[in-house]
Amino acid sequence: MTTELFIQYLMAGITYGSIYAIVAIGFNIIYNTTGIINFAQGEFVMFGGMIAISLLQFMPLPMAIIVAVLITMLIGAMIEICFIRWLKSPSVLRMIIITIGISILSREVGVHVWGESIRSLPYFFGNEITSFVIFGAHISPQVLWVVAASGLMVIGLGIFFKTTSVGREMRACASNRKAATLCGINTQNMVTLSFILSAGIGALAGCVMSPITYSQYDMGTGLAIKGFTVAILGGLGSSGGAVAAGLLLGVIEAFSVSVVPLAFQDAISIAILLTILFVRPQGLFGSKEAAGLSEF
Amino acid sequence: MKKLLSVLPLLALVIGIHFLTSATDTMFYLTQMTMSAYYSLLIIGLCVLMGYAGQISLGHAGFFAIGGYISAALTTHSLVPYKDSALVAFLNSAGMLMSGQDLYGGTLLVVSPWAACVVAVSTAAIIAVIIGIPVLKLKGHYLAMATLGFGIIIYRVVLALEYFGEADGISEVPAFVLIPGLSVSGNFSDRVANYYIAWGLLLVGMVLLLNLIDSRVGRALRGIHGSGEAADAMGVNTSRFKLQTFVLSAVFAAVAGVFLTHYNGGIGPSEAGVMKSVRYVAIVAVGGMAHLWGALLMGIVLNFLSLRGVFGSYDDAVFGLILILIMLFAPNGILSLNIRHRLKQLVNRGKQDREEEV
Repeated sequence: MTTELFIQYLMAGITYGSIYAIVAIGFNIIYNTTGIINFAQGEFVMFGGMIAISLLQFMPLPMAIIVAVLITMLIGAMIEICFIRWLKSPSVLRMIIITIGISILSREVGVHVWGESIRSLPYFFGNEITSFVIFGAHISPQVLWVVAASGLMVIGLGIFFKTTSVGREMRACASNRKAATLCGINTQNMVTLSFILSAGIGALAGCVMSPITYSQYDMGTGLAIKGFTVAILGGLGSSGGAVAAGLLLGVIEAFSVSVVPLAFQDAISIAILLTILFVRPQGLFGSKEAAGLSEF
Repeated sequence: MKKLLSVLPLLALVIGIHFLTSATDTMFYLTQMTMSAYYSLLIIGLCVLMGYAGQISLGHAGFFAIGGYISAALTTHSLVPYKDSALVAFLNSAGMLMSGQDLYGGTLLVVSPWAACVVAVSTAAIIAVIIGIPVLKLKGHYLAMATLGFGIIIYRVVLALEYFGEADGISEVPAFVLIPGLSVSGNFSDRVANYYIAWGLLLVGMVLLLNLIDSRVGRALRGIHGSGEAADAMGVNTSRFKLQTFVLSAVFAAVAGVFLTHYNGGIGPSEAGVMKSVRYVAIVAVGGMAHLWGALLMGIVLNFLSLRGVFGSYDDAVFGLILILIMLFAPNGILSLNIRHRLKQLVNRGKQDREEEV
């Protein structure tokens, strides 16, 4: 393998990896406050991309993206308020089935509103063939947008959770819901907020990735599986772990293309998921004691 | 024996439907009733796994596809080019092959459906054991995602392999001659016979499962569902029971896949899709997780409506909505809603209000 080819694969891996990491962080935010894995996480990404594409007819690109993210946040809030807020200590099985139902409904809304065609946002800078050269490899500037947006989101979320009072309340809710309630935190609102936040970052990821990966109504399931793989790999609930695991999975997937037929690319990440679940369900970076305490 | 008696009303209903459709000249409904029966066979198997053993599976369309695809591939791909190899010669002499003619009159040499059926179902069982041993150690989200992942792998495999027809699937699957004169096929003349074959199979499956859940195994399973640790402490080999149920439900799914594929004369990749698996889970949930009769009833009704195209292009949306509504308002299934009791309460409350006014 030549250096150019190596860099080319590596950059493709990092691009997809940062998208997976963002989806995984979306999983983590909701998991931390509620203990629920939201199977509809991938649909937030779909909504973000699709809504921005539709809005593009009426407004410039940056506006369209901002409004799309806001609308998706609203959808996230509506989902939480309609389907989850008023359930009293539902069982895990019940929550799994409800979020799967939400994911199906969202996908059906997608197909009836936008049809089955594949769409995409225009490139933020230049077009399909604009590229710059690193070590002889041609890289699209959109890759930088994806990596930069993902990096900023991770840093922004870190600052939000560490320094703002709302962020601290959400973390309190995550570590012990009962104690947080006793301290006067409205835990129900924190759960709604976690859905809003998670929908927002999913939608933003959907917008920046749309020019490269395209948007389609059924893109959610695949992304959700990969995001979940990354979330498990990095240890459920850990943002740093999600970033590392996301990049790792993206790079493995990108290089696997040179060995295995493209049709099996999805199968590889799922095989990794199954292996991890069987061998180390607490993730590569998670601790065994913490895993023993949580309900799998 | 009591179990046998309990399915008698169902048998009467099956015969009744046949006479009703033939009397009203609507025999075409029998086609969808036959297909619904095969899907329901899978669903009652899944019901025992989900409701009684408490293990969710989002990959059962995978087992259905393994059964259907292997049977279809073995009975359609001609072995003529390999006629001289020792294995084919041995199979031929053992009577496991049959010859036929393709569209252009050329001779075909394919595996006979009985042999293919045995191979397909045992493959599904073996895969269920291999997958089940590690997967069933997981719980909750992890189990759901792992089985979902298994389903997607099967979908990808049938979509990618030329042997399984890629996106086109396999068509021209020959009839499955059970005994001379009785065959599973989509032929117009075999419609009534096939209706009874499908329902006979479903009734046999139902009796088997009813007996199972009322036996020692069934009580052990309910113990596991209630609390795995407690059952373990009482000396129940929880992992073995879970695995056995998983394999049993996979076998039910594979048998349904084999028969439906021969009945339809083909199978396509959509049968292996994630939406199919989710739909099966939805139907089990609607019937009430631990309620075999509920699962059977809902399996027939919902599949029949879906196959008749009642839901149109909103087919998947309807199942998604059903899933959410049932889980929100009636997590123990639609039959648990005890509507009469609720109505009585409402009426009584009305009476009380009036009395207070007086």
